[in-house]
Amino acid sequence: MSKTLFDKVWDSHVIKRIENGPEVLFIDRHLVHEVTSPVAFLGLKNRGIKVLHPERTFATADHNTPTRNQHLPVKDPLSANQLKALEQNAAEHGIPYWGLGHEKNGIVHVIGPENGITVPGATIVCGDSHTSTHGAFGAIAFGIGTSEVEMVLATQCIMQPKPKRMRINIHGELSRGVTPKDVALYIISRLTTSGATGYFVEYAGEVFRNMSMEGRMTVCNLSIEMGARGGMIAPDEKTFAYIKGREFTPKGAAWDKAMAYWKTLKSDEDAIFDKEVTFNGADIEPMITYGTNPGMGIGISHGIPQANMVEGGVATYKKSLEYMDFHEGENMLGKKIDFVFLGSCTNGRIEDFRAFAQIVKGHKKADNVTAWLVPGSHKVEAAIREEGLLDILEEAGFELREPGCSACLAMNDDKIPAGKYAVSTSNRNFEGRQGPGARTLLASPLVAAAAAITGKVTDPRELMTMETV
Amino acid sequence: MAYDKFNILKSTAVPLPIENVDTDQIIPARFLKATERKGFGDNLFRDWRYHPDDTPKEHFVLNNPIYSGKILVGGKNFGSGSSREHAAWAIYDYGFRCVVSSFFADIFRGNCLNIGVLPVQVSAEFLQKIFEAIEADPKAKLEISLPDQSITILATGEKEQFDINGYKKDNMLNGFDDIDYLLNLKEEIRAFEKQAPL
Ligand code: SF4
Repeated sequence: MSKTLFDKVWDSHVIKRIENGPEVLFIDRHLVHEVTSPVAFLGLKNRGIKVLHPERTFATADHNTPTRNQHLPVKDPLSANQLKALEQNAAEHGIPYWGLGHEKNGIVHVIGPENGITVPGATIVCGDSHTSTHGAFGAIAFGIGTSEVEMVLATQCIMQPKPKRMRINIHGELSRGVTPKDVALYIISRLTTSGATGYFVEYAGEVFRNMSMEGRMTVCNLSIEMGARGGMIAPDEKTFAYIKGREFTPKGAAWDKAMAYWKTLKSDEDAIFDKEVTFNGADIEPMITYGTNPGMGIGISHGIPQANMVEGGVATYKKSLEYMDFHEGENMLGKKIDFVFLGSCTNGRIEDFRAFAQIVKGHKKADNVTAWLVPGSHKVEAAIREEGLLDILEEAGFELREPGCSACLAMNDDKIPAGKYAVSTSNRNFEGRQGPGARTLLASPLVAAAAAITGKVTDPRELMTMETV
Repeated sequence: MAYDKFNILKSTAVPLPIENVDTDQIIPARFLKATERKGFGDNLFRDWRYHPDDTPKEHFVLNNPIYSGKILVGGKNFGSGSSREHAAWAIYDYGFRCVVSSFFADIFRGNCLNIGVLPVQVSAEFLQKIFEAIEADPKAKLEISLPDQSITILATGEKEQFDINGYKKDNMLNGFDDIDYLLNLKEEIRAFEKQAPL
């Protein structure tokens, strides 16, 4: 029988099917961070058991870490305690731990691919919903809760009902100034934040084929924002070139064997999806959100929709606009902003810093803007220096911080103050996500850069010169 | 972690007729710094419940003494966003044993089932009826029967069936958790690993 990419990877990991219940799925790689793991380790302790496969488990500190002075002790006692707990748990169970300052430290979904932990055809989980990022490599990757973290630590397995399959096709080409982030925000705005709940998505079509691995990660990362369990893209030559030679990818004969398997990882021609949607790449503009969920996004030159035009309750919609202090029909262009955040597992990779730098080059940061530029990992940080981007950024009045999740979820000191507007390249614009009372406008690194130098919502295409790609 | 058994729950309910209630609202990230599962109920809906100076926001439903009970009734797409199990813990720790909505986000639903909070998904029409019943009488009771997989508005007798897979139903009825089940599969897991490709 013909199978989808998702079926091929999923079915090959099923250990047992429980009648009228979930399936028992074997997990190849487990990523662990400080916030969602301590209670799981405590559970193991209470049961008197050890981590079954420490060599399939990798731990980093990212959610709760400062982005300045990482060489100094962490000031917040609660954060410091959580970091210490992870360090101890990792040591006790023999798990590699890349803590603050370690050269491999960074946001869990940035360092997985960077170090070759993420490979095609694998099942990957982490106690973080944006684990979907790793699907860019043709892996099945999804976020789990702490009880499930404990399950995977104890048994390397998880129990999950099999999701349905959805394929999202985007044909044609993207216009200038339109990035993978815009593609994702466009899809979510069309499907809504719950439009893919219950599904695992495969992204297909020319637009994704032409995308870089970094771009594919951005798109898969945001799958969860339309409710999907995860998203994936069939591996191709770009995928193999990206992973080849990275520390944890197979080498020599093991590589050849893996390649033979990886090349089979695509949906069969006649595979059937439970749902299929198709868009045209040429219809997508640079996007920006105006509300309090990632589905509330529009093309940057459009006005804020009227309440009766959107799906979902009018009361919920009005509550959302009230929080943002925006009004139906208003234009987003020209709105004054206070903060810019470049970073997160959505847009904290080298390509995102290149995009940001190409717009700000030769300009100056607007005086009314506070900008936080936070690389996704130390490796990204190093590349920013090596490629000369740091000079461009500093010349334009920006400074670079140290890696971590930072203002994406505002667990550390990087909080947007109440009532302030932030153009953010992260993934969630929920009420208070970036700090109590903070107002978030999600956008691409290009839109963030344009806002950072003009101090207001600006179409980045106006600032693109002939040389910018 | 094992939890209380769930059988039949008869209780008044707290209404929250808002759509897309995400887990950042249920428990904001700044309260996720604990290393033990304790005290999360105090920060349930923190920023909707309290002003920045920690005084209660009068209009929020949890601060309104008219409403109480072990059932939380929310709008469509409840629990979207972050995978934090802390959201389910906060709901449980506050004293809820059941959340009713017309649609749940996947991870949140799974987290609830794993810790002993029953997610009951009803039709949009039935959800509306529940909100109306509570509006008419804040002391209106709901009866949730897990064995029958039904939810009843006791004042009117209106009733609807809900879905739950047989395995999870058994777990909830008996207070079992998945880890016990998986630990018993050791042999199968070992056999599988031998032929795993990656
Ligand atoms: S950057 Fe944001 S979304 Fe990504 S792992 Fe960190 S907190 Fe989660």
